[in-house]
Amino acid sequence: MTKSIEISRLFKSFAGKRHSTLVLENVSLAIPAGEFLTIVGASGCGKSTLLRIIAGLEAADSGVILVGGKPINGPGVDRAVVFQDYSLFPWLTAKQNVLFSRRLAANTHDNLALERGAEEERAQKLISLVGLSAAEDAYPSQLSGGMRQRIAIARALMSKPAIILMDEPFGALDAQTREVMQDLVLSVVAQEGTTILFVTHDVEEALYLGSRVVLMSPHPGRIDTIYDVPLPKTRNVMMRVDPRFLTLKRQVMERVRETVGLSLDRSALGSTGAEASARPNS
Amino acid sequence: MNASTAEISVKPAPVEALEKSASRKHWSIRGQLTRRQFTTYAVAGVLIPILLWAFFNEAAIVPKIFLPGPVDVAKRFGSWVLNEGFAADLSISVQRVTVGFLASLVIALPLGLLAGTFKPAEAFLEPAMDFVRYMPAVAFVPLVMLWCGVGELSKIAIIFIGTFFQMVLMFADDVRKVPMQQIEAAQTMGGTRREILYKVILPSAAPSLLTTCRITLGWAWTYLVVAEIVAANSGLGYAVLKAQRFLQTDKIFAGLIVIGFLGLIQDQLLRALHHALFPYLRGR
Repeated sequence: MTKSIEISRLFKSFAGKRHSTLVLENVSLAIPAGEFLTIVGASGCGKSTLLRIIAGLEAADSGVILVGGKPINGPGVDRAVVFQDYSLFPWLTAKQNVLFSRRLAANTHDNLALERGAEEERAQKLISLVGLSAAEDAYPSQLSGGMRQRIAIARALMSKPAIILMDEPFGALDAQTREVMQDLVLSVVAQEGTTILFVTHDVEEALYLGSRVVLMSPHPGRIDTIYDVPLPKTRNVMMRVDPRFLTLKRQVMERVRETVGLSLDRSALGSTGAEASARPNS
Repeated sequence: MNASTAEISVKPAPVEALEKSASRKHWSIRGQLTRRQFTTYAVAGVLIPILLWAFFNEAAIVPKIFLPGPVDVAKRFGSWVLNEGFAADLSISVQRVTVGFLASLVIALPLGLLAGTFKPAEAFLEPAMDFVRYMPAVAFVPLVMLWCGVGELSKIAIIFIGTFFQMVLMFADDVRKVPMQQIEAAQTMGGTRREILYKVILPSAAPSLLTTCRITLGWAWTYLVVAEIVAANSGLGYAVLKAQRFLQTDKIFAGLIVIGFLGLIQDQLLRALHHALFPYLRGR
C-alpha cells in the first residue's frame, strides 16, 4: 500500500512585483516506502512549499517528482494532507468530516468500495484510534485545537493513502498537547504503515518523530544536511532525554542557527556576521 | 493576578466608589450586560423617543396637522386596517418585494458563486458590476417606466436594479472568504471542481450568503417604497404618498411605522432561520 517518493532537481520560484524569489533550489530527495521522514528548517527555507508541491497543490518550475515510480499530476487520493488548522469542514460533525472523502467520486473506486458499508466501521475505528469516540458527533467548533487535529489525522487516513503529508500539523497547539499528539501520530503510523513526510520548525519534534531528519537552509531553500536518528523505530517519551538524542538535537539546532546566519550574511542587509549569528532563529 | 487586583481595589474603598461601580461596569469598554439589563436599556431606547414625541405633540409646539400624536397615529392605523384596505396594500407590497428579491437572488447567486471562485469570472463581472452599482437605482426610474410601463413589472425592475448588482458583489465576497485550507483539503481527497463548488464552497459560504440575503432584503424594501412612491396606485408606499396629498400626516406616520415593523419582523425571522440552519456556528 505504501509508496516511495523520489524528488529530483526541483526548482521553484514565486513571482513578485519586480523580481521573482527563488524558494527551492535544486532539491533532490529519495524517501523509501514506509519511512517517517521529517523536514526541519528556519522560516523561508521552502519546507512547506516542497510539501505543497508533492501534494500537487502547487507546481514546480522544473524537476521531477515520482510517487510510487510514477510522476505526479496535481493532487491525488494516494497523498493525503494534514494542514496546520482550519481545514476541517465546520458544518460537518467529526465523523462526517472523516467520512467526507467518501462523498467524492474519486474515492468510490478504491479498495474501500470493495467492502461497501464498511466505511462507517472504518471511520469509527479511526476515530477511536485517535481517541475521540466520545466526540464523534461534535462539530469542529465544539472541539479543542488538539481534538480538531486528531480528526484531521483520522480524515487523512480514511481513504488509506499511500503517503501522508503533514504541514506543521501541531504548530498551533500548546507544548503539552503537542507531545501527546506526537506519540499519537507515531502509534497511528505504526498501525497503518503509511509513508509520512512531516514538516516542522521544531527541531525536537523533527528528531522525535523522524527516522531521518532533513535540514533545509533558507533563501533560497536547499537541502542542507540529512541526519539519521540513532534511536529505535518505536519511540517513547524517555528517548527525549536520551544522551544520543540530546547530542543530535544540539547539533541540529546549531546547524539551523548557522543556516539562518549564512542567509543573513548573503543578503545585503548590512548586518555583520556577529549580529546575524546572535539573531534568534524564528 | 486576581488577588493583587483585589487588593488594589479594596484599599481605597469609599462608599461613592462602590455605588459608582455598577454603572462603571455597564459602560466599561466592550463590557457585558445581563439579558435583563439589556432589555431595560432597549425599552428605554424605544420609549424615550415616543415620550418625547407625545410631549412635543401635547405641548403643541408644532401644529397637529404636521405632527400628530401617538394616539392619533394608532387610531388612524385602526381605521386604515378596518376601512381603508390595509390588507390589500400590505399584500401587494409584500408580493412585489418577494418577486423582485427572488428574481435578483436567483440570478445573483450563481454569478456570485462563479465570480468568487474563478478569476476570469471575477474579471469579467466585477468591474462592470462595480460601475453599475454606483448608479443610483432611483435614477433608473424614468428609464424603467419607459421600458416597462407603470404595471407590476416596473416595480419589480426597480427592486431588481437596486439589489442585484450589490448582491453579486457581496455573494462573490462571501464565497472568497471560504478558507483555502478547506478547498485544498477537498482537492487532496480527489475532489473535482464541480464537487468542490457544491460540496465545499457552497455549504461553507452558506451562513454568510444568508446574512447577505438578510441585508439585501432590507434594501429591497427601500426600493419597493421608492417604486411605489414614484409610480404606483397601490401598496404601502403609495398609501403614504396619497396620505401626503390629503394632508393625512397621521397616516404617513402609520405607514412609516408599519414599514419599519415589517423590516424588523423580517430581519428577526431571517436571524431565527440562520440560527436554525447553522447550529454548528454556536460552538461549545
